Amino acid sequence: MSAKIRKIAVFVEETLTEMGREISPPTRKACAVAVIENPFAGEYVEDLTPLMDIGAELGTTLGRRCVEALGIQPSEAESYGKSAMVGENGELEHAAAILHPKLGAPLRKEVEKGAALVASSKKMGSPGQVLDVPLGHKDAAYVRTHFDGMEVQLNDAPRANEILVAVAVTDSGRPLPRVGGLTQDDMVGEDGLR
Amino acid sequence: MPKLEIRKTLISVEDVFHEGGPVADTPLKRGAIVTVIKNPFAGRYEPEIQGFMEDLKPLGRKMADDLISAMGGDASVIEGFGKGTIVGEAGEIEHGALWHAPGGYAMRDALGEARAIVPSTKKVGGVGTRLDVPVTHINASYVRSHFDSIEVGLNDAPKADEMAVILVMTTGARIHNRAGGLAAEDIKDMDGLR
Repeated sequence: MSAKIRKIAVFVEETLTEMGREISPPTRKACAVAVIENPFAGEYVEDLTPLMDIGAELGTTLGRRCVEALGIQPSEAESYGKSAMVGENGELEHAAAILHPKLGAPLRKEVEKGAALVASSKKMGSPGQVLDVPLGHKDAAYVRTHFDGMEVQLNDAPRANEILVAVAVTDSGRPLPRVGGLTQDDMVGEDGLR
Repeated sequence: MPKLEIRKTLISVEDVFHEGGPVADTPLKRGAIVTVIKNPFAGRYEPEIQGFMEDLKPLGRKMADDLISAMGGDASVIEGFGKGTIVGEAGEIEHGALWHAPGGYAMRDALGEARAIVPSTKKVGGVGTRLDVPVTHINASYVRSHFDSIEVGLNDAPKADEMAVILVMTTGARIHNRAGGLAAEDIKDMDGLR
């Protein structure tokens, strides 16, 4: 089953100054959001395989949209995250089926490598609700400069029978990181952690 | 006049495939660009403020060009437009009105021939305030198929001494428009209205 997509929205946020300090180069975060029909809205279905396949498809589609919107090479992506918000006729497990089994591998192809776990969040929701997409470094989860998040919302989604699926990709960490910890320069980037 | 200080920008573009009806051959694009700038008049009553419009002119043109670029780069496919301002709480609604001329004319210049008035809205609000920016046809305000609006906002803006200036564009009519009225192909007066 392929995703029945009603709309795709792409957001790019660029920060040029923070607390009066110039950020050079600016930090940039992108989030691509697909609003899809929930094939299992209103009924309990045991086998969620079709949603897992939709997750794989959206890993490619949304990951690529983010990288294109940032105008970067896949190798220049630095952090990523994924989230889903399920309309009221669905269940939280639908979000899990989209996000966890199959979305990660194709997303990693779009950002080259991606040794680290893809940070995620999920919730039930309604049109206009805010979804906070967590962000972590794509190759080493402990890189402290890149722990962040990006808020997205669409005033008309998710409707009751829809699911909003979001993938976020950045080419940078927080604007003024200074809380120590592992940095990108010091990471190994092989085990996904450090 | 004080130098224009930009803290951040947000560009968002939606591709709308359908809204429960037939899937469109060409998806409708709805784009918005938001620039968060310092309000040079925050915190006091300043009688003379019009000079700031000059500072906003180049920003308006850059925003229009950047938005067209994010929507595919072809200005000739843009059919709807709108503009707006959210003024942070240490400012006044009149500061938001400074965006009318620079935002509107910049967008018309970038689009070539655009005869209609650019619809607009504005308000004073806190961080996270969202604005429904009205959209009408670029050549004739009465074209009913193109009446629309785009909701924009940023969770961390505008701060008290900031304002968010906004331009929005669309590539066509509402996705399932069928409410009658003047159609784009029937524009004839070329007076910006019909």
